[in-house]
Amino acid sequence: MTALARVPSAPASSRGMARADVVHTVRFVASKVAGLALVLLIVSALTFAVFVLLPADPAQLSCGRPCTPQRLEAARGYMGLDRSAWNQYADFLRGIVAGRTFGAGPTAITCDAPCLGYSFRLNESVTTLIVSRLPVTFSIAIGAAVLWFVGGVAAGVVAAIRRGTLTDRFVILGAVTGVSAPSYLVGLLGILLFGFTLDVVPVSGYVPFTKSPVGWAWHLVLPWAVLALLSAAVYARLTRALMLDVMGTDYIRTARANGLTERRVVTRHALRNVLIPVVTLFGLDLGALLGGAVITEKVFSMAGLGSLLLDAVGNVDLPIVVGVTLFSAALILVANLVVDLLYGLLDPRVRT
Amino acid sequence: MSLDHTSPGMVQRNTPIHRLGRDRIASAGAVTVAVAVLAAVFAPVLAGLSGNDPYAYDLSALDATGAPAGWGGGISAAHWFGVEPLTGRDLFSIVVHGARTSLLVGVGASVVAVMLGVLVGITAGYFGGWFDVAASRVIDVLFGFPGLIFMIAVGAIAPAAFPRVLLLVLVIGFFGWPSIARVVRGQTLALRTQGYVRASVALGAGPGHVLLRQILPGLTATIVVFSTMSIPGTIGAEAALSFLGVGVPPPTPSWGRSIGDAVTWFSTDPFYLLFPGVALFVVTLAFNVFGDGLRDALDPRSSGLTR
Repeated sequence: MTALARVPSAPASSRGMARADVVHTVRFVASKVAGLALVLLIVSALTFAVFVLLPADPAQLSCGRPCTPQRLEAARGYMGLDRSAWNQYADFLRGIVAGRTFGAGPTAITCDAPCLGYSFRLNESVTTLIVSRLPVTFSIAIGAAVLWFVGGVAAGVVAAIRRGTLTDRFVILGAVTGVSAPSYLVGLLGILLFGFTLDVVPVSGYVPFTKSPVGWAWHLVLPWAVLALLSAAVYARLTRALMLDVMGTDYIRTARANGLTERRVVTRHALRNVLIPVVTLFGLDLGALLGGAVITEKVFSMAGLGSLLLDAVGNVDLPIVVGVTLFSAALILVANLVVDLLYGLLDPRVRT
Repeated sequence: MSLDHTSPGMVQRNTPIHRLGRDRIASAGAVTVAVAVLAAVFAPVLAGLSGNDPYAYDLSALDATGAPAGWGGGISAAHWFGVEPLTGRDLFSIVVHGARTSLLVGVGASVVAVMLGVLVGITAGYFGGWFDVAASRVIDVLFGFPGLIFMIAVGAIAPAAFPRVLLLVLVIGFFGWPSIARVVRGQTLALRTQGYVRASVALGAGPGHVLLRQILPGLTATIVVFSTMSIPGTIGAEAALSFLGVGVPPPTPSWGRSIGDAVTWFSTDPFYLLFPGVALFVVTLAFNVFGDGLRDALDPRSSGLTR
């Protein structure tokens, strides 16, 4: 870890310099966004290919009984499954941009843009279904992420500063335990202890934030804590190791020699360098966060994106499966882009 | 361990094995891993000791509501860990056979991940060029991917005839290779410029020889450590998928599925959650501390810097 001392920034007096800087940043962002679009296209093609090529036939499943060949043919035509795989993919992509219509005449179903598919089982567009479930999953994921990031980094910093003390050992022990415990197990034990035995928090359900912010937070305390506890362990370990590394470097000694308080040395000088790899890890963990939210939803019986997916898997509702999979991939890729850009803010070296 | 007779002045041998042996926590992890592997291999024998198998129903061990009769989820001389609610199947047999499922899928998926990762990493690092650019991009994308969501989705569309355990091994393995590939690529880049590798190329060795005979041996330590450290993750993935009901199908015993089934029972029968849960936790913890210790032993400079 190369540690850079904070160099006083040169006064940006010349306008040319500033404009070059802006052009540079715009180009950096544009190239990232273009890369993202390309990756999304490839991911959607691959996902679509897997689901189209496999033998499960959505028309067969929704055709009902008795399923005569005529009815099956009609269902296939209605869903657009009689077209070639390429055309189906094109239909799908066009649906995302411009919406699409299934069937014709009075029985036609329109699916407004962005149309990620249509569930003939629930008679609802996949986009609508996803949007209706998003608040739950977002509430779980964001709250847990904040808790785990702040909690993990704080624990790691404290452990590093008090290296070798009881606090340090406690953090290390807690971290290795936390890494090994499956989140659903901790969740269930949490419900058992706080929900049933102590009866202090609700064990399941979700209250919308707009209805009652207090009820919302109260129902989410346990899921947040469970999901955060496990990932915070990884962050505590990483932060502790990085912090120990950084605290031994010359620029920290210089800062101390200049008479800064220990608090200032840690928060202003050391933490800045420690946070860079931690933020990188955070970006990589967003996918795991979404997966963790799925498990947490199941444990705490909350109707989020994960339960939508599990329900669709159980009923072989392929449009929902494809839609949710693609949506979560897009969500994570966009979130990663944001982390990438934040990373540029945190560490000016990557922008060059 | 015997004393070192050849050089009386030396206090401690300093080979990786000895360093690992001095690390008490890692040694405990290694012993636990060994016990779990033995339990998995000899699962039918162990279950046979209690006179049970994981598939036999025993409705006489249940009360009228379907919950296990008696204290501790029906713990008795016949059923050491009690029985499963509703079926009365022996929980001890289920837990030891569950070790089989967990380790089979966990180790299998890790093998797939390591093989893929080494193959991609070593070729990308050695040949470079467009292949390296493409491979690195794929690794970057897969890294941040919601793997669990994809694994759940694949479970939905795989043909029923395809063996589920093999499917789990392949799917979990597929989402595990990027981290190994990235490290192997980095090390290959460094090894490629070493004198002995360049000498081999100058002597006319083909890429196959250089990769397998010159570079691969230099990667052994990394591969061993990463294989060990990836196993807790793959075991956890199997358990999570089974917990969600899209992993190993019944009646094959699986810790994750038992934990999932225990959800509806834990206010009446917490022991049904306890035994599979503790088994999963202990084995994961053992692999984690063993992997950490192995890494420290093979590379004394590292100090717990990785996840």
